[in-house]
Amino acid sequence: MTLGAVREPRTRQVRTSAYLSLVKALGRGWLRDRSQVFFTILLPLLFMVLLASVFGSSSDSASRVLAVGEVPVLDGADSGDFTVTEVSDLDEALAMLREGDADAAVSQEGGTVLIYPSPTSSTSGSIAAGRLSALVDDVNVEVLSAAAPGEEVLAAEVEEADGGAVRPIQYLAPGILAWGIAISGVFGAAGTIVDWKRDKLLRRLRLTPASVSTFLGAKVSVNLLVAVGQTVVFLAVAALGFGLELSAWSWFAVPLVLLGTLAFLAIGVVIGGIAQTSPGAAGLSNLVTMPMAFVSGAFWPLALSPAWVQAISYLSPMRYLNEALQSVVVYGEPPSTVLPQIGFLAAFAAIVALVSWKTFKFDEL
Amino acid sequence: MDAAIEVADLRKTYRGRRSGEIRAVDGVSFRVERGEFFGILGPNGAGKTTTLEIVEGLRKPDSGTVRLLGESPWPHSAELTGRVGVQLQASAFFEFLTAREQIETFAELYGASKARAAEMLDLVGLAEHAGVRCEKLSGGQQQRLSIACALVGDPELVFLDEPTAALDPQARRNLWDLMRAINAEGRTVVLTTHYMEEAESLCDRVAIMDAGKIKAVDSPAGFVRGLDAPTRVTVAAGQLDAERVRELAVAETVTEQDAAIVFETRDPRKLLTALASDGALEGLSVRTANLEDVFLHVTGREWRA
Ligand SMILES: Nc1ncnc2c1ncn2[C@@H]1O[C@H](COP(=O)(O)OP(=O)(O)OP(=O)(O)O)[C@@H](O)[C@H]1O
Ligand SMILES: [Mg+2]
Repeated sequence: MTLGAVREPRTRQVRTSAYLSLVKALGRGWLRDRSQVFFTILLPLLFMVLLASVFGSSSDSASRVLAVGEVPVLDGADSGDFTVTEVSDLDEALAMLREGDADAAVSQEGGTVLIYPSPTSSTSGSIAAGRLSALVDDVNVEVLSAAAPGEEVLAAEVEEADGGAVRPIQYLAPGILAWGIAISGVFGAAGTIVDWKRDKLLRRLRLTPASVSTFLGAKVSVNLLVAVGQTVVFLAVAALGFGLELSAWSWFAVPLVLLGTLAFLAIGVVIGGIAQTSPGAAGLSNLVTMPMAFVSGAFWPLALSPAWVQAISYLSPMRYLNEALQSVVVYGEPPSTVLPQIGFLAAFAAIVALVSWKTFKFDEL
Repeated sequence: MDAAIEVADLRKTYRGRRSGEIRAVDGVSFRVERGEFFGILGPNGAGKTTTLEIVEGLRKPDSGTVRLLGESPWPHSAELTGRVGVQLQASAFFEFLTAREQIETFAELYGASKARAAEMLDLVGLAEHAGVRCEKLSGGQQQRLSIACALVGDPELVFLDEPTAALDPQARRNLWDLMRAINAEGRTVVLTTHYMEEAESLCDRVAIMDAGKIKAVDSPAGFVRGLDAPTRVTVAAGQLDAERVRELAVAETVTEQDAAIVFETRDPRKLLTALASDGALEGLSVRTANLEDVFLHVTGREWRA
């Protein structure tokens, strides 16, 4: 051990190696923290499995229909559309609907077809009801054309958009990914800051030759790396396991997710500045990310939400991340079409980062 | 050459919403020479940690100046921090890393080699725990790891804030040896402690701090000398008759308590020789004044930390 009397001023090289060793140390810590791995990688996948089975099952498969008594109109039905069970009276049929054993009940009295969609599963109920009305229309068209062979009748054909490619996974995947990015950013940053307040690591690091900005840069880099890993794993599982069709522009999800992560980290820093304990930080993070997910169309199409929710959604960064991911990954639109979303995310990240920087009490760390 | 540390009239007041104003540091000045082993001794809440944090550059004082190795610790300078090693009162580690990964990361931050990191781990006796995660180390082991991290950058000046607080007596003695060795290599060491024997045994000079103020600075021996307190010699009662005791009152005071006779004298040699020739040495104990007495003398109150 010697005392260096003359010391070289620290060079840029030492700076980069400090940055790299911090990235290594923080990244290792992240990988070993099982709860982090669960929240960022597994939880979004779990949500995808869950939501895909809630929204996904009914639209592809045949509707389960209860025929009450004689229902002649069903005779003309396409067997791929309906699975018909015959029941003797309406009360029995309604009871079965309440139990969720069928999607709709139908009865016919002369020229009137009565449709009872399922009260328990509105999605599959309305799909079944829609198919039944279409069936009635088809029969009407046949009857009319037979009655007046010279007359032209209007017939509606329902075509699936994008040649049938838009299955629920196509709109679910970008939304869940956007939500996953949001929770890992917000919870990650808020939790980290509360940890720093508690364990004083940042104070110790401030007394090393590495500057605080090097350390913060390393921390943000680790979060960005995590976001990229999260995106790759998520899209791979969605594509291979759930049949998500990835467009040629899908790689552009990476810069989008990086930008989104910056915005969500900034929100997390604000929360971490306010909260004093880990449960406090988690609670506040939930308070922010949960409503944000619900108003942003992350779990179901925004168009299904009431107007006021759609209005609020314009303030949520998750909305823009979701839209941009959807356009690029699912619809294969070129990145230039999502410039407005990118602009909003960037502006949001910059403003919140500025706010968090200005309001943050550094001496608490 | 500049002093290692020069501090003039530091003041720091904490303003809590509920606790009101706490004058944690209230006009502190001191100077530490290069190569010196300097101790700050004081009870809980005396302001030791706050003082160190200001000197290290972690906190800004409300007023006052600090020169650390001739430079200001504020704003952050890579050059200066590279020459200073710090062990904070609360150990701070990267989460989920092992002791070895921990100190290697710190080594990289200070531009030191892996070999140096391993050497430091060995020096604090943690070589065989190198693969253990930091959070699984015992309190004393964490303390030692944090000292190793303070030394890994080969610092000229080392701050140790209560390094022996969580240690068992054996580990404390080992750490004393380590601290002596660090100082003997020419490094300046600044230590805070609650322990009188620690300050007495290690420090060249000691500052006695209480309620945000430094009450006195001197060497441990200088303090005791300045106190001019008598030596207390105690022997078991019943070995000497009352007449002889009176003769032996070369001592200033003689008291009998709990079957023991206590002499207070400024000439212990003469008294002890007399007692020895009388063969009255049963139950003998000799206690000279120590920093505890100094603390009482300087602050006007009992040491109770
Ligand atoms: N961050 C803080 N905010 C408010 N008050 C503080 C803060 N840190 C310390 N204090 C107060 O300042 C006073 C001095 O504290 P300090 O930690 O400097 O004492 P110390 O001598 O190091 O004590 P100990 O021996 O217990 O470590 C105490 O009364 C403490 O309550
Ligand atoms: Mg302290």
